[in-house]
Amino acid sequence: MPILDHLWILLALPLLGSAINGLFGKNFSKTVVNSVAIGSVALAFLAAVEAVREFVQLPADQIPHVGTYFTWMVAGPFHVDFALQIDQLTVVMLMVVTFVGMLIHIYSTGYMAHEGGYYRFFSYLNLFMFFMLTLVLGANLIVMFVGWEGVGLCSYLLIGFWFLKKSAADAGKKAFITTRIGDFGFTVGLLLIFATFRSLDFQTIFKSLAANPVSEGVLTTICILLFTGAIGKSAQLPLYVWLPDAMEGPTPVSALIHAATMVTAGVYMVARMNPLFSRAPIAMLVVAIVGAITAFYSATIGIAQTDIKKVLAYSTVSQLGYMFLACGVGAYSAGIFHLMTHAFFKGLLFLAAGSVIHAMDGEQDMRKMGGLRKKIPITFWTMLIATLAIAGIPGFAGYFSKDAILEAAATGPHANFILWLLGVTGALITSFYMFRLIFLTFFGEPRFDEHKAHVHESPRSMTVPLMVLAFLSIFGGWFALPKMIGGANYFERFLAPVFGAAEAPPEPTSPSDALLHALLSWPVFVGLLGLLIACYLYLKRPDLPKKLAQSMRPLYTLIFNKYYVDEIYGFLIVRPLLWISTNVLWHVVDEGVIDGVVNGSAHLARLSGRQVRRLQSGNTRSYASWVLIGVVGFTVLLLALFVTGVH
Amino acid sequence: MSLPVILFFLCGALAVAGAILLIAAREPIHSALALILVMVALAVLYLLLGAPFVAAVQIIVYAGAIMVLFVFVIMLLNMGVEERTDFSQIAKYFGIPLGGVLIVWAAYWLLHSRPAAAIGTGSGMEASSTRGLSTLLFRQYLFPFEATSILILIAILGALVLARKEE
Amino acid sequence: MSVVPVSYYLALSAVLFGLGVIAFVFKRNIITIFMSIELMLNAVNLAFVAFARAHNQLDGLVFVFFVIVVAAAEAAVGLAIVIMIAQNRQSLSVERMNLLKF
Repeated sequence: MPILDHLWILLALPLLGSAINGLFGKNFSKTVVNSVAIGSVALAFLAAVEAVREFVQLPADQIPHVGTYFTWMVAGPFHVDFALQIDQLTVVMLMVVTFVGMLIHIYSTGYMAHEGGYYRFFSYLNLFMFFMLTLVLGANLIVMFVGWEGVGLCSYLLIGFWFLKKSAADAGKKAFITTRIGDFGFTVGLLLIFATFRSLDFQTIFKSLAANPVSEGVLTTICILLFTGAIGKSAQLPLYVWLPDAMEGPTPVSALIHAATMVTAGVYMVARMNPLFSRAPIAMLVVAIVGAITAFYSATIGIAQTDIKKVLAYSTVSQLGYMFLACGVGAYSAGIFHLMTHAFFKGLLFLAAGSVIHAMDGEQDMRKMGGLRKKIPITFWTMLIATLAIAGIPGFAGYFSKDAILEAAATGPHANFILWLLGVTGALITSFYMFRLIFLTFFGEPRFDEHKAHVHESPRSMTVPLMVLAFLSIFGGWFALPKMIGGANYFERFLAPVFGAAEAPPEPTSPSDALLHALLSWPVFVGLLGLLIACYLYLKRPDLPKKLAQSMRPLYTLIFNKYYVDEIYGFLIVRPLLWISTNVLWHVVDEGVIDGVVNGSAHLARLSGRQVRRLQSGNTRSYASWVLIGVVGFTVLLLALFVTGVH
Repeated sequence: MSLPVILFFLCGALAVAGAILLIAAREPIHSALALILVMVALAVLYLLLGAPFVAAVQIIVYAGAIMVLFVFVIMLLNMGVEERTDFSQIAKYFGIPLGGVLIVWAAYWLLHSRPAAAIGTGSGMEASSTRGLSTLLFRQYLFPFEATSILILIAILGALVLARKEE
Repeated sequence: MSVVPVSYYLALSAVLFGLGVIAFVFKRNIITIFMSIELMLNAVNLAFVAFARAHNQLDGLVFVFFVIVVAAAEAAVGLAIVIMIAQNRQSLSVERMNLLKF
């Protein structure tokens, strides 16, 4: 059965799993819940593999392959079908989402084994897979938006999984509301797109754009509006504040949603809409600037964090910045490549961190760890591999992707030295704080009571996914060996039909070999430099960090408190809103106006009734007089009409 | 100034005087007598208008039976002079002026209305008056006639029931 | 033979009717009020007869006949009620009969 004709199966499988677990999971045993959840995702993965297999056999004119399943909304010229499409970009996203998703489902069976609400967790997780696949497979902006909002919903549900804990519930709300702000810009962008192109279907828009040029101003506005949605969903400046708080959720959730898949939706969206972005250079510049600044800014916060998951959260924000930087300078395939490798190594980092937390019985503060290297070796080695990847050490996946981005920032058609500088500096800081994490957690003397905590390695359900992801973190980058080193950049060539018009093939004929060499070496250089600094500060002279923090006290406090951004937002935005809600909307509008109108009309009825009933005096003569008044008036009226009518 | 005209004005004046007396009288029995005066004057006017039967019926039934009934009831319920109380403000301030307006206005317009051309007294009606009337009554208006007889029957019964003393 | 225009009769009818209305509004004794109703009916009768003469038709007289009959019936029943109320309230003043108020 050709899957390509029935792409909806990919959606139906996780949805079915979610429904079964959600509705009946309460009565199932853990084994049944596991089988349903993992089974549905595994089947989806297999179906995706089959779809890809069929896809690569399609002739070029049938790509992208679109399947329209039913007409969803028709309102005059507004016509939306429920349609799914598959092209090269979709293939990449599909593989990443289903495979990493499957691994994390397996991991969760081990991690969540002792938690209450087991079936609920897997129901939400499957639901998330459904929405994410909808987002990735959508053939028009509305279906994509359904997925977009749906993953936001699942993020809220999963962050606030332990909803009885106030901080978790608040974090869930914060995530949802902050992304909502971005989504507002996104919807306005959708409106503008419809107004300009009279359609929200990807292929229709792109064909229309190629045939009839649209003014650059309109395109720039559209792209910036769409990008605000990405700012919210992918946690860029200034709407990133929800991601660190989202660490309140269980670690598998952080791995899946806030590292590998949901937060990359923004990047996917920008990549998908690249025909529009490429014709709006100002918008691309905005994307690149926001990405680069976020990458740098967030990395600086990561230096001083003490919670292991928070470090990884800020790292995610930073890496997403790199992806947007790539898209902003036109290197879309580099951005998507980094998305893929990031899914591998960041997912691995989070899962490994979860393994550490599990081993430490829930402790997340790195200051209370240390010396775990010998005790949880599998976790240690896999996490080390992931750290090497993220630091951009050659040979590991992250090197190739980060290198491609920085190279495009330096030499591509939209290159900019400042952006490149921000990127490189950010890479240095990234390497530093990631190795800081490794050294604090796994090296040195244990800073906790070894007798109280029995540190144990995690069960196989957790370690096997770690190992698979570690493998991918090493070899997953070999798809895209840059041409410079002599490898054929398979990845970029695969995605070329999607990004073809946007990317000028980076054939660096003008820069000399020396420059090339220098460029290639900078990321390596800063990566190793960061490792060395971390090594020095945390292995050789562990007392030094504290002294440095003391001597640079103000700066340190600023970074440690995340630049007080949350407090600033609270003061500038949340408090005035609360004030308005209470004093204006509640007291004035609700109590005054609405209640006033309702009560007032009743009051009016009573008042008028009280006046009118005075007519019923019981006095016959009054009645007679009123009748007389009426008769006289009527007669006068009749006579007047008669006179004016006849004469 | 022929007889009909004089008679008209005379009886008209009598009728109006009777009506004013009705209003002005202090005792109800005086009002009743004034009303009888009005009715007699009107009977003469009916005669002038060539409707002798109606004039006769007016005297016999209206003045002779109905007003006698009124007088009986007044004398039965001899409740004395009506006291002067002032409960209705509307009546005091609006009653007379408006009534006056009504009278003047209606009279004026009726006086100057089209049918002024039509002629009174005399021709073509007296000869067949009673006969014609009865023909009309028992042929064309038979149903209302019968209905009014039932109406009277009901009125009798009603009056009987109402005025009965409780035992 | 000089003639009296019909409109004169109509004017007289209007005057009598108006006086009846004034009496109705102004008097306090309920029997007097009843009598003012009879006055109004009489005024209307005059108008009917005048019109019968004006159009040379007898239908107006038939109507007068019916008006008199109905007035009789109404007077009978009405006075019966008046007697009952008067015995109940011990007064003939219409202002004492004001129980039907708010």
